Amino acid sequence: MSALASAVAVVVADEGTPFDLPSINYSAIAPILIIFGAAIVSVLVEAFAPRRARRPMQLVIVIGSVIAALVVVISLAGTRLVTAEGAIAIDGPALVMQGTLLVVSLLGALLMAERGIDPLGDAFAPRASTLPGSEDEKQFTQRGYLQTEIWPFFLFALTGMLVFPAANDLLLMFVALEVMSLPLYLLAGMARRRRLLSQEASLKYFLLGAFSSAFFLYGTAMLYGFSGTVSLVGIADALSAKPSEGALVAIGMALLLVGLLFKVAAVPFHQWTPDAYQGAPTPVTGFMAATVKIAAFGALLRVLYVSLGGMRWDWEPMLWIIAVLTMLVGSIVAVTQTDIKRMLAYSSIAQAGFILVGVLAVSPEGLSSSMFYLIAYAFTTIGAFAVVSMVRDANGEATHLSKWAGLGKKSPLVASIFAVFMLALAGIPLTSGFIGKFGVFTAAVASGAVWLVIIAVVASLIAAFFYARVIVLMFFSDPGPDTASVVVPSTFTTIALAAGATVTIVLGIVPQPVLELVSNAGIFIR
Amino acid sequence: MTTFPWLTTLGVVPLVGSVVVALLPRGRGLLAKQVALFFAVLTLGLTVAMALQFQGDSSEPFQFVESHPWIPTFGISYSVGVDGIGLVLVALATTLVPIVILAGWNDVDEDGGRGTVKGYFALILVLETLMIGVFAATDVFLFYVFFEAMLIPVYFMIGRYGGVQRSYAAVKFLLYSLLGGLFMLASLIGLYVVSAQLTGTGTFDFLTLTGLEIDPGTQKLLFLGFFFAFAVKAPLWPFHTWLPDAAAEAKPGTAVLLIGVLDKVGTFGMIRYCLPIFPAASEFYAPVVIGMALIGIFYGAFVALSQSDMKRLFAYSSMSHFGFIALGIFVFTSQGQSGSVVYMVAHGLSTAALFLTAGFLMARHGGSSAIADYAGVNKPAPVLAGFFMIAALSSLALPGLISFIGEFLVLLGAFERYLWVGALATVGIVITAAYVLRLYQRTMTGPVKPELEGMHDLRGREITALVPIAALTIVLGIFPAPLLNVINPAVDRVMTSVGATDPTPTVGLGTTVEGTDK
Repeated sequence: MSALASAVAVVVADEGTPFDLPSINYSAIAPILIIFGAAIVSVLVEAFAPRRARRPMQLVIVIGSVIAALVVVISLAGTRLVTAEGAIAIDGPALVMQGTLLVVSLLGALLMAERGIDPLGDAFAPRASTLPGSEDEKQFTQRGYLQTEIWPFFLFALTGMLVFPAANDLLLMFVALEVMSLPLYLLAGMARRRRLLSQEASLKYFLLGAFSSAFFLYGTAMLYGFSGTVSLVGIADALSAKPSEGALVAIGMALLLVGLLFKVAAVPFHQWTPDAYQGAPTPVTGFMAATVKIAAFGALLRVLYVSLGGMRWDWEPMLWIIAVLTMLVGSIVAVTQTDIKRMLAYSSIAQAGFILVGVLAVSPEGLSSSMFYLIAYAFTTIGAFAVVSMVRDANGEATHLSKWAGLGKKSPLVASIFAVFMLALAGIPLTSGFIGKFGVFTAAVASGAVWLVIIAVVASLIAAFFYARVIVLMFFSDPGPDTASVVVPSTFTTIALAAGATVTIVLGIVPQPVLELVSNAGIFIR
Repeated sequence: MTTFPWLTTLGVVPLVGSVVVALLPRGRGLLAKQVALFFAVLTLGLTVAMALQFQGDSSEPFQFVESHPWIPTFGISYSVGVDGIGLVLVALATTLVPIVILAGWNDVDEDGGRGTVKGYFALILVLETLMIGVFAATDVFLFYVFFEAMLIPVYFMIGRYGGVQRSYAAVKFLLYSLLGGLFMLASLIGLYVVSAQLTGTGTFDFLTLTGLEIDPGTQKLLFLGFFFAFAVKAPLWPFHTWLPDAAAEAKPGTAVLLIGVLDKVGTFGMIRYCLPIFPAASEFYAPVVIGMALIGIFYGAFVALSQSDMKRLFAYSSMSHFGFIALGIFVFTSQGQSGSVVYMVAHGLSTAALFLTAGFLMARHGGSSAIADYAGVNKPAPVLAGFFMIAALSSLALPGLISFIGEFLVLLGAFERYLWVGALATVGIVITAAYVLRLYQRTMTGPVKPELEGMHDLRGREITALVPIAALTIVLGIFPAPLLNVINPAVDRVMTSVGATDPTPTVGLGTTVEGTDK
């Protein structure tokens, strides 16, 4: 890559054009390039490789590229620079988020690759283009077709996610947002079973996502109008230079934040979440629930801390209200859910509220504790959805809560693991979720947000109720004729589940290494 | 002092036991019980060995101290150590666990139950580890972790092995406790932030925290979070409504551990954490707490008087007794506080005796806990009735039994500080006597119910479980000096840290107790 760049530079220099080639530190963005390159190779595989060879080839590409990118991210530790003409910032927080995204995506890929659970194949429709219930669909199912286009989508989405928290200007951030979101909209619509629900989810997710993208873009335009730049640092400088000119900035900031809060699923921008989580194939739900949250919070944190720090007094009250609403609405509505996937969706909304408490600390501790929370949340969530994908009856996944009654008696091990995830999400000590909550609450109290923390504590209690309810159902009820059974998965899901459970427990008992990692990551580079 | 990690060992032994029990193959219920009993007795043996090395006159606040950094980012360390109060409560826990295992030998059966036999006994052992941890922690965060983690085994013990309404009772218990725990978490975070402001680096170390000069306004806020958690746990009026449900649905053994030991964590927390860390706030809130305690004494006693269910009666009676314990702590006299600690031990023993004897009785009559189902038990089962009598007398604090020492010291402390409080509380004793004796009269005396005619008396195993409790109740009642010698220095330290002095010159405790009649 860099050889090519220098060759081009030589040519350009020879001709003496006024065009300056952007200086790009390729090694710093190598993880992004690896995944992006793999995505393109993956498309080519779809186009040219024979059908039978596609799945193994795709798996090698996906797992190989994710691991390679992870290795590069680790080797970049300590890097702190702005490259690509100020568009990308590779700093401690960006690397921590990218590393987490890669590990969690690896687990997500393992879930998506699972073929041992559904007797008909994997979790995806054999041909997403066939009409649900049509003769074509039956034919494709009978012939055992498998959709392998999911892998390019997966890699493109991951590319977007890796760029999102590292984007240092709003335009690149927008591009990353779209690159991340579009493949996810498609993945959400590809479920093998209950396809209408899945397609509805996909459409809703797409429409609302398109709205939020428009908001984001409008916000960018407003801020550009104010400062004459899309660079986060440039906007921050403009704000400190002329702090009094409020209207454009306030509107731009509000619109921009709407776009980002949509992606983190904060109330009142959360409406897409339950439908998308419920309709999407469960492996995809697990993947996006964990990763989108990390990427979007990464971007939100960078925008707020780097660019809009000078406007702190304007956005803080707004985010206070949103954080309170998110925690309370997420927790309260989750109590009334009867479908496990919808319940986990509302739980993810409530969790977003708790992370916002950390964001609102607006301090280095706020940043590091939010990152810890995200790491803890991501592993727990992906593990929880792995369990959901394994609990089945004759019609596929048994997501109705009543079918989980007595599961503890039928499959004690899996039910116990799920109970650990529930306890972690509820924030019970000795699980990762507790340390996460403790961190964000401490950071918030240290910055004086005492009332926010008290409300957060009340919301935690409400949330604990519905998490505990699942445990009650699984362990304190006797299994009935409707009780689902746990399908023994292949190695793929087993690894993902074991990793999720291990991280959840280890981070609860010995969190120090990861706490050091996130606090040594330092603050965002300007 | 020895460098042997006594407390860690004490905590690890039952934990290892629970793992061993859990790994036994299904269907080997008897083996599971034997293994569990072995580990529980081993723990008790270790406790005795440790207690013998405890130096009552040591100038160190804590003994058997261990400290290792755990989460340095938040100033959290794994620090354990016991003072006299901690020691007697650890000993109470490790004494009651083997008794409960022995008494609950046949409480869970393999076929009918929802959970396995080994599961129940593994949970008891896990709980023992956590109970030891909670009394031994000298890092406030570590204490909180044990405090919250204790919920989980109890939740399963009630929810899986309890009665008809078990699920409701378990969830109610969990939610109440979590509510308290989360408010405590909020205060804990506040305390950490305050310590960071005052010392530069945040810490959870108990001794460092007691040395801080926290601003009284902040103290009042932080105190509330801790106190609320402890008041729910203890439970004081009006946070008690989970207790009767939990006690009624739980197995007798579970109820013993729950009320006898776990609830003591609430009162222990008050004397160990609330008073020394927030002295100004404790003084400020003392009238409110004393008010709650007095209401609790009477409310619990009156409601107990009208109960038709034995387990619920014991639960309300406990609530009344917790009122006494809280009263003794918050009158800020050394007699009152020593009395409270003795009362905690006494109440643990009397609760165990009551619940276990009642449990044996109920097991002989289809598990019914309705008082009306029993009459004249003392004829077919005189030994059972005898133990029930001892338990009942211990509950009403008959002189010569350990609970008398506790109750008497509490009242003495109360009288010293506020005459009318002491006078009111004394009236509570009368009601206690009324409901306890009425219970005895209705169930044990009178004509035998026809269906109870051929009832077996207590068997060897059951007697073995009850004898140690009865023996301790009587021996410590007659000769409380060993207990008081251990407790008094710790109480004096609490008094010093609160800055309270006794209103009148302290009378030698030993002479007071022996020389006074009720």
